[in-house]
Amino acid sequence: MSFDFTLIIDAVPKILLGIGLTFQLLVVSAVLGLVLAIGIMLMRISGKWYLSWPAQIYIYIFRGTPILVQIFIVYYGFPQLEFIRESFIWPLFRDPFGCAIVALTLNTGAYVSEILRGGVMGVDRGILEAGTALGLSVRQRFIHLTSPIAIRLALPAYGNDVISLLKSTALASTITLADMTGIARTIVAQTFAPYEIFISLAIIYMILTWILQKSLGRVERYLGRYMQK
Amino acid sequence: MTSNAVIQMRNVGKSFGTFQALKGINLEVAKGERIVVCGPSGSGKSTMIRCINRLEKHDEGKIIIDGKELTDQVDDINAVRREVGMVFQSFNLFPHMTILKNLMLAQRLVRKTSKAEARDTAMQLLERVKIPEQADKYPIQLSGGQQQRVAIARTLCMKPKIILFDEPTSALDPEMINEVLEVMTDLASYGMTMICVTHEMGFARSVADRVIFMDAGEIVEEAEPEAFFSNPKNDRTKKFLSQILSH
Repeated sequence: MSFDFTLIIDAVPKILLGIGLTFQLLVVSAVLGLVLAIGIMLMRISGKWYLSWPAQIYIYIFRGTPILVQIFIVYYGFPQLEFIRESFIWPLFRDPFGCAIVALTLNTGAYVSEILRGGVMGVDRGILEAGTALGLSVRQRFIHLTSPIAIRLALPAYGNDVISLLKSTALASTITLADMTGIARTIVAQTFAPYEIFISLAIIYMILTWILQKSLGRVERYLGRYMQK
Repeated sequence: MTSNAVIQMRNVGKSFGTFQALKGINLEVAKGERIVVCGPSGSGKSTMIRCINRLEKHDEGKIIIDGKELTDQVDDINAVRREVGMVFQSFNLFPHMTILKNLMLAQRLVRKTSKAEARDTAMQLLERVKIPEQADKYPIQLSGGQQQRVAIARTLCMKPKIILFDEPTSALDPEMINEVLEVMTDLASYGMTMICVTHEMGFARSVADRVIFMDAGEIVEEAEPEAFFSNPKNDRTKKFLSQILSH
């Protein structure tokens, strides 16, 4: 089998036209997902059943189903519901970009909330007791002790989720979005050269992952400077 | 009841599930008094002092600290915690903050001290525990003995009337025990009210006004150190002392 390099040289610039959309999907859903995750995590650890149960059900649903199915339900399913078509959020669901953001956000939110919970649980109880003994309130302990320590503890796992989210954005191509994967699929349909095109695409994702990994490593080292002897 | 008692525990009981950790504890501590609490592990020593600043909630009896009774009232608990400092076995410094920030945090948040004043107090106390040069380091960069001295300084920053020590030297390497005991002895000489759970009998002898021996959740014996060590009355005390002093 032959490997046509001219095809790659042609295709890569075209695929890169989708990098902006890939980035938008990644950044918007990562940020919204993080905000959502913080809320869900707080509900989960609140100790109140009427907050903790809905959080657990939400986490179970979104970790228990494939993200592709979640994207399909949001994109194909929600528009069938009249109350959504008639509500103010309809513009969001009419637009495939909005649907992709909603699905990716809800999915990553479920995973990240558990990652954050792990961080919070990992904070040494003795440190919190010291804060209590010094007279800090529950709120002050959470802001000044639990949060910064938990964030550092959760960071490696969180970074892993962000990298995983980058790859999940590729699924947006299944609902007509022209992100990098969407463009690559179009090129393959025109050139019948899946091997060259998808390899190029894979390499681009690997380079992006490498950049993400390095940046996350830097943040980890910066936030973890107190852990080095 | 003496009027100058800053800590009064009356018939205090505490259970963890079915395990009764404290049974009918009666204790009065006068202002400036130095008490050493000893006893076998699981005897309730730590639980007793942890009830004094409400890290544990007692479920029977009364605890009155400096005239305020410890109840479920959050304001009262906070008021008591402002006056009662605590030093832990495992130091429990805030790992993500420099030594200086460790000392400033509660001053700023609880006492609402200005930044400059909090820093001044912190530096003075680091001088007092003899490690001002470590101010900008993180806890992990210090030895155990230094960390415990920082923990003592952090407690002192709040200007407490009483300090509770929960086995402050038990997690330390032998060569670091003395530097911590020296700081504690220094505190005692300034008239700080102290309750110290420890097995450092040399410290008990030289510093304590009273030694309390606990076993199975009860105060079995209390006496001045001289009498306590030379002439223990209770059999359980005798057995304990022979075990820890025999080698």
